Amino acid sequence: MNRVCVAGVGVIGSLFAAFLARVADVSALTRREDHARALNEEGIRVSGRGDFTSRVTAATTPGALPEPELVIVACKGGDVDPVAAQLAGHWPDAIVMTVQNGIGADEIVARHGDWPLLASVTFMSGTRHADTHVEYVLDTATWIGPARGTTPADARRVAALIESSGLKAEAFDDVRPAQWSKLVFNATVNTVAALTGLRHDPHFAALDDPRDLGHLVRALMDEGKAVARAAGVTLDEDPWEMNVLATQRGYRHAPSMLEDVWEKRPTEVDMITGSLVREARRLGVPVPLHETMYRLVKAKEASWRSESVSSAAAP
Amino acid sequence: MAIRVCVVGCGAVGSLFAANLATLGDVEVWAYDLAREHVDATNRDGLRLTGAGEVLGRPRATADAAELPPCDFGIVATKAMHTEAAIAATAHAFAGGCVATVQNGIGNEEVLARHVERVIRGTTFPAGKITAPGVVQWDVKGDTTLGPFEDRPAPFSEVERLAEACTRAGMPTSAVHDARGPQWRKVIFNAATNPLGALTGLTHGRVCERPDLRRLATALVDEGKAVAGAQGITLDSDPEELIDYAARPEVAYDHKASMLQDVEARRQTEIDFLNGGIAGFGQRLGVPTPTHEAIWALVKGVEASW
Repeated sequence: MNRVCVAGVGVIGSLFAAFLARVADVSALTRREDHARALNEEGIRVSGRGDFTSRVTAATTPGALPEPELVIVACKGGDVDPVAAQLAGHWPDAIVMTVQNGIGADEIVARHGDWPLLASVTFMSGTRHADTHVEYVLDTATWIGPARGTTPADARRVAALIESSGLKAEAFDDVRPAQWSKLVFNATVNTVAALTGLRHDPHFAALDDPRDLGHLVRALMDEGKAVARAAGVTLDEDPWEMNVLATQRGYRHAPSMLEDVWEKRPTEVDMITGSLVREARRLGVPVPLHETMYRLVKAKEASWRSESVSSAAAP
Repeated sequence: MAIRVCVVGCGAVGSLFAANLATLGDVEVWAYDLAREHVDATNRDGLRLTGAGEVLGRPRATADAAELPPCDFGIVATKAMHTEAAIAATAHAFAGGCVATVQNGIGNEEVLARHVERVIRGTTFPAGKITAPGVVQWDVKGDTTLGPFEDRPAPFSEVERLAEACTRAGMPTSAVHDARGPQWRKVIFNAATNPLGALTGLTHGRVCERPDLRRLATALVDEGKAVAGAQGITLDSDPEELIDYAARPEVAYDHKASMLQDVEARRQTEIDFLNGGIAGFGQRLGVPTPTHEAIWALVKGVEASW
């Protein structure tokens, strides 16, 4: 694989594009014209766990970019549909890999074309300082597995490419257990952080007092685990243990949904909690607490718009 | 016969009682509050209400509990988390009197009863905000209900005497034998709506016009009704009606719940006495309240984030 297109150049997209450009020809599909222009002129600078600048070819339409063998859809969850619509009719032989939080991004892409698809879940993180500057913060892996029209060998091929670029990746025959572990974890930690304003800190694991936040966190995770069980997925890691470990490390990570709240941007709650609630309904599993969190986050987003909103949020 | 009343905690609601009662010739009103500027302004210029009523009352204000003379009645109107400190400081003035609470939430009477002999359970709906020292904007008029607190009851005749004075002062108040119904209606109303505003930043009206949030409020109301029912309490009317009534443009559509005001100002909220109170009663009675517990934990989390 020598030609990769990264569609959506936020934190995760910037990291993929900058690293992969060291081992492949990388193009970037951006939403904004000025973003594409800046990338073409300046490339992408990586700081933090890396210190280099990569050259990429950027544009706002697929027609202006060379045909890739691999497309990494790295936009926010809510943008998967419009981005996939933009890709429709282009590059029929390319493998398309989604890296969004939650589950179901590959299914959204599937509605727009017949590309072979890979599903993945990424645990790496960074901070975006500018259109052309990303800080690589957590060097944790991206886990990749086959979806429609691909085989475990395809997943291994892409994982090997990513590994060769300096990022961490691992291929799985079935990536769903990892996806679900992260989904249950994120649906809980992101929404609790977004509504309380707390970074992911020891409050999330506190159980001493009946009103401690850990009880709610555990109850949300128990709901999520019940949905995973009903979906026939055996989680590869227990989300509660992930939560306890993460808070003990003392890093006090600001989940992306909390950052969105700080910036008063639309959050990914539709892709994260929304996808969990939709699966729960499909499977007939009650998730009243996740529905509560979903409604509260949607309402918080609405509070940033001054006009009143008559339409309800419906996951 | 003249009576002497001390309002303990002269924030917005306390000021409404103090200013209105002070207009009566046969009621001597004291106002105890720790906010020195508000006390000084009240003593200098009087206590002025604007908005729903234009009133200038001249209670005697003090931040020093030792100055308080023996009183026939106390009206406690502090935020619920300050009840203990306020009544501990002022109890001496009520050694021969009766003390009513008009505070939010549940559990205030129990705190008062640890310090004074005769307690009046109370619930009040008027609301406002202090706009400057000595000046209170009266936003919402409403009724007050008083009744003897079961564990340490004030004589019913005394409850009637206080209710009569409040009513005559322009604060319509009824004395009833069982005041739990109105109190639980209000606490359920507050617990079902205030934290939703506080967590989302939406005014009462905007909370109510989102059908998904309105259903969440109903889930909180239903859990609250179950806890009230398990104690044999008959609500005097359905909190759902109050929620919809308050959402009208001419009532409180644009009102930011006091809990949202607290969150915006990063002040401790009354969540422990609202959702926390309902969850606590639920636990003791074996009635599940998972939604109240979740909301309680989230608002405690908000407080912890400061």
